Amino acid sequence: MTVDLILFFIVALVAITTALGMLLSRNAVYSALFLVLNFATVAVFYLLLAAPFIAITQVTVYAGAIMVLFLFVIMLLGADALPESKVLPWQKPLAVTLALILALESVYLLFIRQTAAGGIGAPNAEFGSPQAIGTMLFNQYLLPFEVTSILLLVAMVGAIVLTKKQKGGQG
Amino acid sequence: MDSALIWEIVIKSLVLILVLLTGFAYLTYYERRALARIQARIGPNRAGPWGLLQPIADAVKLIFKEELIPAKAYKIVFILAPIITVVPAIVITAVVPWGGTVIVGGREIALSIADVNVGVLYIMSVASIAVYGIVLAGWSSNNKYAMMGGLRSSAQMISYELALGLSFVAVVLLGNSMQMSQIVDAQRGIWFIFLQPVGAVIFMIATLAEVNRAPFDMPEAEQELSSGYSVEYSGMKFALFMMGEYTKMISISAIMATIFLGGYLGPGVDRLPWLGPLYMFIKIFILLFGMIWVRATWPRIRYDRLMAFGWKVLLPLSLAVIFITALGILLEQVWLIPILSLIAGGVAVLMVNLSLRRKAYAR
Repeated sequence: MTVDLILFFIVALVAITTALGMLLSRNAVYSALFLVLNFATVAVFYLLLAAPFIAITQVTVYAGAIMVLFLFVIMLLGADALPESKVLPWQKPLAVTLALILALESVYLLFIRQTAAGGIGAPNAEFGSPQAIGTMLFNQYLLPFEVTSILLLVAMVGAIVLTKKQKGGQG
Repeated sequence: MDSALIWEIVIKSLVLILVLLTGFAYLTYYERRALARIQARIGPNRAGPWGLLQPIADAVKLIFKEELIPAKAYKIVFILAPIITVVPAIVITAVVPWGGTVIVGGREIALSIADVNVGVLYIMSVASIAVYGIVLAGWSSNNKYAMMGGLRSSAQMISYELALGLSFVAVVLLGNSMQMSQIVDAQRGIWFIFLQPVGAVIFMIATLAEVNRAPFDMPEAEQELSSGYSVEYSGMKFALFMMGEYTKMISISAIMATIFLGGYLGPGVDRLPWLGPLYMFIKIFILLFGMIWVRATWPRIRYDRLMAFGWKVLLPLSLAVIFITALGILLEQVWLIPILSLIAGGVAVLMVNLSLRRKAYAR
């Protein structure tokens, strides 16, 4: 248990550092790379929580597919060399207020109302295995799963339609 | 987790890394000799008997070459990019079983480093990470040819990753598991290449595109991009890119041998478990020859055709292959799978042929 705890704190430190690096770096490509590292650390969190399937999927989908596309677009548009844009004046106070609310909320949940955190028991050994997730996905959560797939299909068709129109109505 | 287990894993990893790196060095020699044979030349034969010391001579030469970093390059990423290319090529082999269990000094040792229950997904995720090295090399060089190479490779690798992942699905369906050792065990009766020949061919094509080998080596096309993403690299960093490419060839051949050619299985492997790695070596050797043969005989595919082939031919065909495999398993008529998938593959080949012919007449 203690090894897990030490691992957790190291990974948490890396996660926070990379998140800050993503926010603070001036170059869009560096931001994207910090975000990739952040996704990788989140995958390690999933591994610590005994959910290898979700951990690997996290790496494949976010770090492997989505961020590669992000990088692709950043490079294609040359967005890494854009001049600095103006900072919105109301952005900073709003961010600080929201962060404070979130911090208070988590302090309340973790330390004052301890039942929420203590009520979660340890999962059984088969919890994160591909078989268990597959069975759950295709029995208990079949409808949300299918709805999600249709949503993605609609988004894909929409993207194709948009690119077709730009070519001057030839398609 | 006792300390003996940790030592076992560390030693196995070190042995695997050593084997892969030696394999990389001699793969370059193997490729040059085989290419020379096919092109009616002799190939490297000066350093040592039959030129066997050539890889060592190459390594010494590359280590002592001057390393240039362009003044306008993004230095940190420029140095990191070759490393990011090599690491996935090596770690991807962690889930490949190289044999059954052997007994060394009274201790049972499984000849695979991590036989995790999400093995196939692990391969997919590491393969999807591999694109970063090339993309970042192209970007950080701050050179338009390198940039074009990096962009081309990211587009190409994302496109062919879909076909690669879908050809894995057919194997998972046939093996009824995502664990590599169970997939190998499921092939005791018949190898999956005979059950799903079209899936194996799709896998082969997609992996050739993933490792940027001929005929899909557009990202490093010498004639138009002056070798693409690696144009600004020299010395040891360039050697690391070569190491990445050739190690990937070995890793991918090992994976292909495991999921389609029965892995370490072969006659007598149950009685003599040390035969397992030998059978793996033979299968990998044959698959590598296939890759070299392809490079020697086929010209490079034009870039737009490469993308069209990935999206309009390989993706639908691999979906059809999954459907056919699932149908065969559902009806419990396994013999249907190879017949129907060969028909689907034949239709795909016919349609590619027809579309190419129509374009030729239109001109």
